[in-house]
Amino acid sequence: MAGRVRAVLGRLLQAVPVVIGVVVVSFLLTRALPGDPAVYFAGPAADAASIEEVRVALGLDRPLVVQFFLYVGDLVQGDLGRSISTGQPVAYDLANRLPASLELTLAALALSCSVAIPLGVLAATRPGSWIDHLCRVLVTAGVSMPTFFTGIVLIYVFYYLAGIAPAPLGRLDFLYLEPPHVTGFYLIDAALAGDWETWRGALAQLVLPATTLALFTMAPIARMTRAAMLSALSADFVRTARAAGLGPRKVLYGYALRNALLPVVTTLGMVFSFTLGANVLVEKVFAWPGIGSYAVEALIVSDYAAVQGFVLAMALLFVALNLAIDLAYTAIDPRIGFGAR
Amino acid sequence: MTATDPSAPDPSAPGPRAPDPSAPSGQSTAAHIAHVLRENPVTLIAFAMFALLVLAALFGPALAPHDPLASDAARALQPPSWQNWFGTDNLGRDVFSRVLVATRLDLAISVAAVALSFAVGSVLGAAAGYWGGWLDAVLSRFLDTIMAFPLFVLAMGIVAALGNTIENIVYATAIINLPFYARLVRAEVNIRRDAGFAQAAKLAGNSDLRVLAFHIFPNALPPMMVQVSLNLGWAILNAAGLSFIGLGVRPPTAEWGIMVAEGANFIVSGEWWLAVFPGAALMLAVFTFNLLGDGLRDIVDPRKRT
Amino acid sequence: MLRIEDLAVAFRTRRGLVEAVRGVSLTLAEGETLGIVGESGSGQSVTSYALLRLLDQGGSIRAGSVEYGGIDLRAASERDMADLRGREISMIFQNPRAALNPIRKVGHQIEDVLRTHARATAGDARRKAIAAMEAVKIRDAAARYHAYPFELSGGMCQRIVVAIALACDPRLLIADEPTTGLDITTQKAVMDLIVELIRARGMGAILITHDLGLAAQYCDRIAVMKDGRIVETGPSAAVFSAPRDPYTRRLVDATPREGASIRSLLPAEARTPPPPHAPGTAPLLEVRDLVKTFPGKAGPVHAVKSVSFTVHEGQTVGLVGESGSGKSTTSAMIVRLLDPTSGEIRFAGEDLAAVPARRFARDPRRAAIQMVFQDATDSLNPRMTARRAIEEPLRRLAALRARQRRARVEELADLVGLPGHLLERFPHQLSGGQKARVGIARAIALEPRFLVLDEPTAALDVSIQAVVLNLLADLRARLGMSYLFVSHDLQVVRLLCDHVVVMRDGAIIEQGPAAEVMNAPAHDYTRAMIAAAPRPPVREAAA
Repeated sequence: MAGRVRAVLGRLLQAVPVVIGVVVVSFLLTRALPGDPAVYFAGPAADAASIEEVRVALGLDRPLVVQFFLYVGDLVQGDLGRSISTGQPVAYDLANRLPASLELTLAALALSCSVAIPLGVLAATRPGSWIDHLCRVLVTAGVSMPTFFTGIVLIYVFYYLAGIAPAPLGRLDFLYLEPPHVTGFYLIDAALAGDWETWRGALAQLVLPATTLALFTMAPIARMTRAAMLSALSADFVRTARAAGLGPRKVLYGYALRNALLPVVTTLGMVFSFTLGANVLVEKVFAWPGIGSYAVEALIVSDYAAVQGFVLAMALLFVALNLAIDLAYTAIDPRIGFGAR
Repeated sequence: MTATDPSAPDPSAPGPRAPDPSAPSGQSTAAHIAHVLRENPVTLIAFAMFALLVLAALFGPALAPHDPLASDAARALQPPSWQNWFGTDNLGRDVFSRVLVATRLDLAISVAAVALSFAVGSVLGAAAGYWGGWLDAVLSRFLDTIMAFPLFVLAMGIVAALGNTIENIVYATAIINLPFYARLVRAEVNIRRDAGFAQAAKLAGNSDLRVLAFHIFPNALPPMMVQVSLNLGWAILNAAGLSFIGLGVRPPTAEWGIMVAEGANFIVSGEWWLAVFPGAALMLAVFTFNLLGDGLRDIVDPRKRT
Repeated sequence: MLRIEDLAVAFRTRRGLVEAVRGVSLTLAEGETLGIVGESGSGQSVTSYALLRLLDQGGSIRAGSVEYGGIDLRAASERDMADLRGREISMIFQNPRAALNPIRKVGHQIEDVLRTHARATAGDARRKAIAAMEAVKIRDAAARYHAYPFELSGGMCQRIVVAIALACDPRLLIADEPTTGLDITTQKAVMDLIVELIRARGMGAILITHDLGLAAQYCDRIAVMKDGRIVETGPSAAVFSAPRDPYTRRLVDATPREGASIRSLLPAEARTPPPPHAPGTAPLLEVRDLVKTFPGKAGPVHAVKSVSFTVHEGQTVGLVGESGSGKSTTSAMIVRLLDPTSGEIRFAGEDLAAVPARRFARDPRRAAIQMVFQDATDSLNPRMTARRAIEEPLRRLAALRARQRRARVEELADLVGLPGHLLERFPHQLSGGQKARVGIARAIALEPRFLVLDEPTAALDVSIQAVVLNLLADLRARLGMSYLFVSHDLQVVRLLCDHVVVMRDGAIIEQGPAAEVMNAPAHDYTRAMIAAAPRPPVREAAA
């Protein structure tokens, strides 16, 4: 279908100005550092001469526009600067730690969707019932819990009191060896290596932080599912289907839910934004060695190149995720690409 | 996001399914609010908790039994007792007093941030929604760029770049909230731009600006108020999250996020009260605003009104 | 075949139990077509949903019995009902586009029904679905099988809905306002198709409609409902030509039809002598070569292509066309809400198009040209009381003190027959007819010389339409205004207009004196439009 292809290309093109915007904003953030960036990058022991040297080396003595293009030039080569605290290139650090963050985020989202969508459907099929009210209170409570606080409470209950959770210190207890690096996702790597003991160890570490994140992201998904289901169930086409004698199961899942999932998919973008943000806090609480805790550590020591690199990387990741969601949407909604939306 | 409760058939909807209200009743707004509260007692609780929060913010410092900053090494890490309701922290400060006093700061940050984004977002969104054209295109691109960042991460970046102060926390929170208001107002204004009553207002001699400000914008206010309520909670979470990772508010100032951060170190050794009480206060505040937003939505949702 | 006795349906609402249907008894013989007619809120649709047990949440059958072919539908299990729906009794709905699943191919939706009732297997479902589509005269059915509802026109969607309903050869078809929302020429085609199919298959049918004329034309018998009760039942011709119930009589009177005058729409006791009406000959509004082109994604859209006509002092001109004909765009340009691409709008000799719409609010001639909007609900600000709405033009354009304004608003309310105590109400607290009056009062507040009426009665029930049309005729005589009456309904236009302009696809295809255009249309399209309108039997007693 030509219309569909055009819609996909159009969506890809739309991402271009957004990426440019993201780069501009992150450039401005780098240059808006309090005081003189050269002083920061030269380090605490620098004298006037070496500061000047850093200034010239970083191109900070050039006009802002030139600096921007230098910055873009560096970006294109994957150069995000060098971290003061680790001494490594920021891009290298981020790439190293990204799988940890992604594994946590995706596990949390999968958990959250698998609970929230059925919950929303259940609430929508019995509006006004106690299930509906309970669902509403539960998800509102979930989104009201600061993630860092939820994490701490879970640690207190399951680690300190019950003693069934492992110490909240990273991705894998020191008892186990890291699985051989393939994807960087411990669960997948351990499964590939057939090392089920390590797999269980990694899973045990993952459960609490993933639950923490999932609790936070359940609310928007459950609410959207409920609302979309309610409007789908009261839609005329559902009535037509019922009047034609289609069974309740077919009406509920084949007709209503499929339509209701479309707006749910759209909200996933917002959910991603929340998840990636909350990720930072959860990683700090659970000492999870992802890019979020990397950024927090960098913040403490005023390692700005690392922080700005992190912000940019997160934004690009988010843009890519949104793009994926929209493309998925294009694939499941036949109306896209015909100007009917 | 929560749709109207369909247990009450919607008489205003076109279509013959619901029975038509035989005569338009003179049901007042007050009666409507009473109905919503009756149907949903949770909202009533939310209003009560909100009042409590406001009281704590206004009179907290006067009511606090101890000086929130006074440390007493001899009484460090005491569990909750009659003397220290919420226990004491590692410096011997009274946790209850600190939690109480922090209400004002946390509420002030979120109210200031939300007010700022409300004002700026309203103006930008209304103009873009009404006039469209390049103004709309520029604003949309700008908002898209903001939304392209995971919002908390953007706030981190802004505070890190602008400097670690409370004002910058307010600005950062306002910036990440801005797209919600601007988009909401834009949409609400846009669907009413060509509404009959807007055209009628023009025929009555109103200029475009007057039509926008006095006829269209007021109709966008109810959904805005819902957004405000939900966002207040979110702004609190956001500010607390930033202080939790060491941005913005600095010790020894009493602030919920930073208190949880400090208390977190003691959780693994069992001194739960340091983190749990400020965390619970934080949660209660956010919970209140979220429930309030839900309740307001039920009240203002025109589909629920007869 | 179908016997309903003492049916009562109630809805649980916040104001307690609302009875939507009370004590309704109906019978339907094999192969008979029954029309259930009523205005909004009369309970006709609820009755039909109740017999299929498809009531909304909160609705329940309180009393009575529903028997179909010996089966007690009230007592049947949900499983039995599902088996019955679509196989024995089918239903088609208004707003066909919404009645179809938007993200499922129409062919598959027909297959779903066939498969549910075991009329088709995985192997032959497709062939049978295409056959069902051919049965409702969809050309090129094999290709349309893959279409999604949004790719089809409204009329085509309604054919698909009919195909779904008839796929399993039910014996009873219930059609709930099947033509609402369709253009008048499409309406006729869809109705003719439905009737042809049910006759050919010897099916029984129930047609639910607000249009007495439509029911009289297509049904054997008619039941008239009001406030949840049946007030009269009888053979179509008898109900129309000799109504026994006063409400039926009012409804028959109010239905615009050939040969009726504007006063004859009113109940007999309310018929006062018609207001004097003598249009002048001096031109008041001259539209010359008016063009509006919108930039579109696929090239420019020519909404209005060089339209010219004249409205004389005191004259009423009808602007008639189906949706998309450009009539609304033309009227928006004339009231100066929209700037024309080119052309002149000469009002009392001056070209109004010379002043941009953006600045026209401040123009001294603003008060002279006003408008009554199509949808009274949409045209009233939900946050303003009726008084504030009527007051608005006075505040902006008249130099009156607050006290004078108050008096003037009350005078206007009186003029349009709006009881004074309603002035403090908000739009959602007013009925449709009351809102229409508020809209008219606001439009005439500044005593305009020229009033554009944009389908002012399209959203109203016929009995209220009759009252509003008469009010407009009275006001015209009293205030000496000229009207431009925009409508899709030729029968309504004829009642009020001296001159008729027919538009199609942005151009005028015919214009002339009203009687001439109606009785001897020159253009095929005008002829088709006149022919498509339902032709109720003429009532002998109607004067």
